[in-house]
Amino acid sequence: MIRASIIGGSGYTGGELLRLLIHHPKVEVIQATSRQKLGEYVYQTHPNLRKQTSLKFTSPEELQSTDVLFLALPHGQAQHDIERYAELAEHIIDLSADFRLRNADLYLKWYGEAHAAPDWLTKFVYGLPELHRTELRSANYISGVGCNATAGNLGLLPLIRANLLDRDKPVIIELKVGSSEGGAAVNPGSHHPERSGVVRTYAPYGHRHTAEVIQEMGLQNVTLTMTSVGMVRGALATVHGYVNEGVALKDLWQAYRSAVAENPFLRVVKERRGIYRVPEPKILAGSNYADLGFDLDPDTGHVISICAIDNLMKGASGSAVQSMNLMLGFEETLGLEFPGLHPI
Amino acid sequence: MSQLSCPECVADIELEADTELNEIIVCPDCGVDLEVISLEPPAVELAPMEEEDWGE
Repeated sequence: MIRASIIGGSGYTGGELLRLLIHHPKVEVIQATSRQKLGEYVYQTHPNLRKQTSLKFTSPEELQSTDVLFLALPHGQAQHDIERYAELAEHIIDLSADFRLRNADLYLKWYGEAHAAPDWLTKFVYGLPELHRTELRSANYISGVGCNATAGNLGLLPLIRANLLDRDKPVIIELKVGSSEGGAAVNPGSHHPERSGVVRTYAPYGHRHTAEVIQEMGLQNVTLTMTSVGMVRGALATVHGYVNEGVALKDLWQAYRSAVAENPFLRVVKERRGIYRVPEPKILAGSNYADLGFDLDPDTGHVISICAIDNLMKGASGSAVQSMNLMLGFEETLGLEFPGLHPI
Repeated sequence: MSQLSCPECVADIELEADTELNEIIVCPDCGVDLEVISLEPPAVELAPMEEEDWGE
């Protein structure tokens, strides 16, 4: 069994990591840290884990050496202690934004401050298996992924890989996101009377996850528009772009079919009957699948690509465990087989 | 058994030996209804399907 520990285990991504790793057949969770919940049972914070584990939160200072260390800290913290963490574990997976960008200048531009450990940026592999499967198999350090960036990147992936997209034209990614993206900490905007029922475009452009789309898709002219909606879990990316001249719907079919054939957690949802004809985050809650849909206006070349994910799974902890599986030589899908619920 | 491709998504489709003219089959990949318009040579075309509209 591989020994795993989680630093920052009381947040939503930490709780999701615990849920996945407790039932992972090759992993034993030995520690989960939390300063705020020190000494409390894990299930007292993550109630779905009652009777699943007797683990208690420990102090970060009491962290023991382990085989794989997950960092589920707020952004900006891991980079200050990465040297210490590397002494404790041969393998590190950081779910925060600290090591997602390879370029320190890009980090400064999008996060507004200089990176505290710029030499470490190139040691990390971006933790989205659909983009970096080969590198992840030999990695020691893996970054997490931005949930919104992931929905956008996976929506773009078939178009980019098949070279169907006109890169000279702008790409607009409209994202509808659930409240769990805001994390477990409360703020005035998360107060129920203020948050319930919203359809709020809180970031028309300039969202930090744009940097991950630029880096991973090689696009320069791209905008993410973020709208918060009345879901708890889920992110839906609707990507708008233009295809190269001569590209037809059949070409899109071939590109998307190829993408889902190569990736166990990608599925095409483009149905002509039934209720779920297009991707919807609703039925993906708790699952690691990303559902893809698409359409093309043949008169204008306007392509619409849709990607639905659970932001805490494919957009965070699920991709982290999938990346861990690759890094440690396990079956890629191990511990991630849950298909979601219907109805929900 | 005859081989042909879906006019919507170009997926490979196999026509069973007992397929009849004007029979409606379903593409196993994209799910569209296809009408068999010829058996020799085998040919299909898109059949009308109910569109979804939640906006009215």
